[in-house]
Parts: sequence; structure tokens; C-alpha cells
Amino acid sequence: MAATVQLFVTCLVNSLYPNVGKATVHLLESAGYHVEFPLGQTCCGQPAYNGGFAEEAAAMARQMLDVLDVTAGPIVVPSGSCAAMMIHHTPELVAEDRGYAAKAGRVASRTRELTQFLVDDAGVELTNSNCGNCVTTYHASCHGLRSLGVLEQPKRLLDGAGAGRVGLVGEDECCGFGGLFSIEMPEISEAMMDTKIANIESSGADVVVGVDVSCLMHIGGGLRRRGSDVTTKHIAEVLAGDLE
Amino acid sequence: MTESPITFRGRVQDALAGGVPIAIDAGARGHFQGRVRASADFPQMEDMRDRARQIRGLTLSLLDHHLAQFADSVERRGGSVFFAVDAADANDYIVRLAAAEKVRRVVKVKSMVTEEIRLNDALEEAGIETVETDLGEFIVQLAGETPSHIIAPVLHKNRFDVAELFASTLDVEYTDDPTELNNIARTYLRQRFLTADMGISGANFAVAEDGAVALVTNEGNGRISTTAPRIHVAVMGMERIVPTRADLAVMLEVLARSATGQKLSVYSNIVAGPRRSGEPDGPDQFHVVIIDNGRSATLGSSVAEIMYCIRCGACLNACPVYRHVGGHAYGTVYMGPIGKVVTPSLLGLEQWHDLPAGSSLCGACTEACPVRIDIPRLLVDLRRQTTRHKPWTIRTGIALYSRVATRPGLFRLLTRVAGVFGRVLGRSGWLPHIPGLLRSWSAARDVPAPAPQTFDDWWRKRGT
Repeated sequence: MAATVQLFVTCLVNSLYPNVGKATVHLLESAGYHVEFPLGQTCCGQPAYNGGFAEEAAAMARQMLDVLDVTAGPIVVPSGSCAAMMIHHTPELVAEDRGYAAKAGRVASRTRELTQFLVDDAGVELTNSNCGNCVTTYHASCHGLRSLGVLEQPKRLLDGAGAGRVGLVGEDECCGFGGLFSIEMPEISEAMMDTKIANIESSGADVVVGVDVSCLMHIGGGLRRRGSDVTTKHIAEVLAGDLE
Repeated sequence: MTESPITFRGRVQDALAGGVPIAIDAGARGHFQGRVRASADFPQMEDMRDRARQIRGLTLSLLDHHLAQFADSVERRGGSVFFAVDAADANDYIVRLAAAEKVRRVVKVKSMVTEEIRLNDALEEAGIETVETDLGEFIVQLAGETPSHIIAPVLHKNRFDVAELFASTLDVEYTDDPTELNNIARTYLRQRFLTADMGISGANFAVAEDGAVALVTNEGNGRISTTAPRIHVAVMGMERIVPTRADLAVMLEVLARSATGQKLSVYSNIVAGPRRSGEPDGPDQFHVVIIDNGRSATLGSSVAEIMYCIRCGACLNACPVYRHVGGHAYGTVYMGPIGKVVTPSLLGLEQWHDLPAGSSLCGACTEACPVRIDIPRLLVDLRRQTTRHKPWTIRTGIALYSRVATRPGLFRLLTRVAGVFGRVLGRSGWLPHIPGLLRSWSAARDVPAPAPQTFDDWWRKRGT
């Protein structure tokens, strides 16, 4: 019997990028897993947490924990920053409530970022992408990189799948998104984005790949505003293709 | 000094509009690469960082004990110790001492804490000539500016700026040859070293067990400033303590590598007490001024970890915000990631609440920090204490979102409604223009439209 994994799809993927969720399901099923999507899931609370709104973040965290703690198997998240939130910050947010602290500990220990799960846990080797002749480059989103150590896994998947990856100068430098930061401090956020975009454009890639749709939304919105031909794609979309 | 905007955002806007000197980005990156190389060449670096962090934690947990031991040790060697509650207290002690000893000229070694308490202003007001002797600080002082980097105060200037400054202030011919510029400063400063009555330094570390003060410099000005004048005053934040010389060795291993990528600074001076009989040089008097100025309150707060900081500047070099705006945008002498916690802690969170907001929480600072201070965690902590200062749109937005996201039925309904709007407004997959909350965002970025069908709906239709 196929092992079961739980998908926590994240709020942004649910509303803005459902294709990333579909691609994630496809990838996991192709790797031989039975995918479940626990209904009632909404948001991990990260935007509120980062902004300092601890109460609101804790309320969302409890909702998430109630939905996920009654399930079994690894919880796979197609987002480095949401996975980092669930693994590192949720336990701290609900630490004072003994019941939820226990739930948070269990959920944290089951949570994996998608590429971490595919490479480190499942040992998946992909041999083709749906990228055609595209030239990709990888942007290492901050929280996945620094809180979870996600860097080699996505590169390995892209390279194994022949996704024509080229290097990106400053791959590990923040794109300037930072959630509320980009709204409260738009000028510096934009300056950081401009540096990121300049590096992307000089990389020669036509697709920027990442493991976080939030950063890709930021970079992609900037690229489009500047009339660039470069587009952004979540790694699941590159590896699993268009699933319309 | 010119008036600068009172908000971080305002100062950032000024910095970006003025065109941040390329020297800042290049200089910070240069130091950053140096740290990366030095760490790679030193296999023990990661262990050494752990050890340094442990030393900082243990020391601060027993700081009162270590400070008492340090004071005893200094006094046993014939030095004097003064504990200053705040900046005014410290300045007052030093100015009175200078007046009592008929000091007319002071030479100073670069020190962040004396910048913090504005010691130079206090001395100048008392009619005492005060000369910065670190080349960068000297340039900053001549220009009437403040440092823009913790260890490289003049990172914001290039040699042509310095050439013009020297020509207009030092009565010398214009030259932009770096060696010549160095010689001008050397000649000017040499005269001051030899005629100064008092040398004032900071203290990178103060050793509790024997009352020694460690000073690292790359120019040798620390050595001459603390030995040639007849009085040496070392000014230090109360957290600079290390218990033993062995601990000091660990801290020096990580300090230079983290700061500039050097194995060790060119000059590492360990100064212990005034000249003793039979010694050929050294000051007649040795004073240590230990400053609280908000530190003990910080040590008792939820952001106490910031007191681990050893002022190496590695977080500045790693920080994409710092690299883009430079040090002056932070509004005080403590800039970069560390400044966003130190300044509100020492000077008041109410006044400086917008500094913690000015971070994307990317964590590059913590990755670089030799003592692994979890700066993003501290920033989030400070944000928690100041959410009432956020714009009402953000407070309301977060409150509403939280209400919705804790009600799955409502969440599903509203995300589906958003999908309908997305279908109507964003045929291209992008929204045309977003008013209100997202206006500042959409000024520079296109905004994606909600997808016509949520993932949740797709999943339910798909069946399992």
C-alpha cells in the first residue's frame, strides 16, 4: 500500500497559484504516495507572526494544528517559509497552551518542505521536466534556505530533470518581499527587488524557479511591471508541468 | 549635523533618492567575502562560534559577578573604575577628570560606545581638543559626519571624497593618491599623538580575571594613543566583559575573521593598568569607565540576547537592507541588523519602533553573526511590542484575515468570491491596479489575480 502524505497547500497557493498545488499532488503521486488534503486548512499564520501580531498568528496556528494533528504521515508543504513557520515558530507561538504545544510539536516533527521531502526523505530522482528548452535559474528563498537548509535539493531536482539550470549571482540574497515589510517599507523592498531582477536578467535564464510562491509573486510582479520576458515558476510546476 | 527625517522609511527614501554610494555595497560585500573566505580557511570556525556564543551567554548570566571581579582587578593594578549610569554620567566623569588634570588635547581610538554617548561633543564643549586617530573616524570627524559602518566608519566615502575633504580642511595640496592621503593623515596625527595629554579608547573586551582591556586595530593608533599620553581612559559598555584570557582568545579568533576576514587584527593590544615602576612607557593614570546607559534594562528584557553582540559588523555586511541604504539611514550610531535591536533597546522602543519593522527577516545577519544572535527572532519580539504603531489598514487587515482564517467555511466562501473577482478583473492572471492597502506594493509590482478556482475547490471536484 502506498504511503500516505498530507498536503498543506498554503493560503497563497490555494487562492493565487492553485496550479502549484496541483503540480505538487502530481509529483507526490508520481513518486508513489497517496496524497490527502485535510479539509478546513487555511493559513499557517506566518504573515501575522512576522508582523508581530502574535495573538492573531496563534489563532491561525491553532486552526492549522487542529486540522493537521488528527492526520497521519508526513505533512508536505510547497513553501519553504510556511514549512519553516510550522517547524520553528508555531511551537513557540502556542507554547503556553499545553494541549496545543503538544500538537505543535507533533506537527512540526512531521512537516517537510516539498523538495526536502522529495529528495531527502523519498529519494526521488526525476529525469524530465516540462520546461521544454527553457533556461532556468534558482532563487533560494530565505526561510527555506536558512531555517530549513533547502538549497541543494531543488537544484538537484532541476538538474536531474534537465531543466537547463544556470547559476544566479546572489542566489541567496533576499528579493525584498518579507510580507508586510514590502508594504510598510516599499522603497527599500523595491531596491532589493531591483538588485534581484538585475541579477536574474544577467543570468540568461528565462524562468526563475523557487520553492516559495510568495517570493516568486514579488519577483514576478516586478519582472512583469518592467516588461521583462522572464517569468517565475514554482519548482513543482517546472517538474510536473502544466496540469490544466 | 543636518536634520534628517524622523522615520526609518523617510531616511531610507532620502538615502535611495540621493543615490547610495556604490562604495557601501562594494565595501560591505568585500568584508562579507572576506569573512566567508576566512571561515572556510579555518575548519574550527563553526565550533569556535559555538564556543564564543556559550562564553557570551555564561558571562552575561553572571555579569554582576564578572564586573565586580574586573573592577577589583583593575584597581589592584593601580587603575580606577567608574560605573556610569548613563551617557551624561560618563561624559561628566571624563570631562571632570580632563579638567582636573589640565588636559588640553585628547587623542581617541575608534570606539562605538563613545559615539553612543557623544563624548566628543562633551569634550569639545569643555574646550578640550579631541582628535580621532583611526583613519576612518578621522575623516568622519573632519567632515562633521557620523560613522556609516561599525568597523569601517567611512565606508560611504571614496578616495576622491577624502581628497577633497583633506584639501579643504587640512591646508594641503589636493591629491587623490591613497598613499599620499595616508601620509597627510599620518603627519597630521603624529603631531597630535605626541602632544596629547589624554588617550581615550573603547574596549573590544575587558578581562575580569586580570583587569586587562583588549583593543584591536589595524592601524596601530590604538597602541600609541594608549601609551604616549599621560592618561588613558578606556570606555566600555558593561557587556564587554570576558571572564578569562582563555575566553578572550576565543573571542579574538571570531572577531577579526567575522569583521574583516583577517585571522587576527594587525594590532591586538592588551592593556593592563598604568605604567609600573621600571616600565619604559605607558600612562601614569589608567581609568575604565563602564557604561550602563540602558544595558541592564536590556539584559532583563526579552531581547537580552542582543547583548551578546561583539560589534564585528558582520551582520551589516551580510544585510541586503544595509547594503542598499548605508549606515546613516538607521538614525543612530548603531546601524544594520544589530542597530535595529540595539537602538530601540538602549534609546527607547517608543521612539524607534519603526526600526524593527524595516527588515524582511531574511536571516542573513544570523548566518553571519559570530555568536549566532537570532536577530529575526528579536525583531519579531520588538514588533510584538509595537503593533499599535502600525497603520490602521494593516492592523485591521491582519485582524480580519485572522478572523476569516480561523473559520474554514467562511475562508472557503471568501476565497471563492475572490476567485470570481479574479475571473472578472484579472483575465490575464494579473490585476490591473490595487487600491488601498496594496497601493505601495503595486506602485512597483504587478499583482497577481486570484485564480478562478481555488485549489480547495479543485480538490473537492477531483475526488479522491
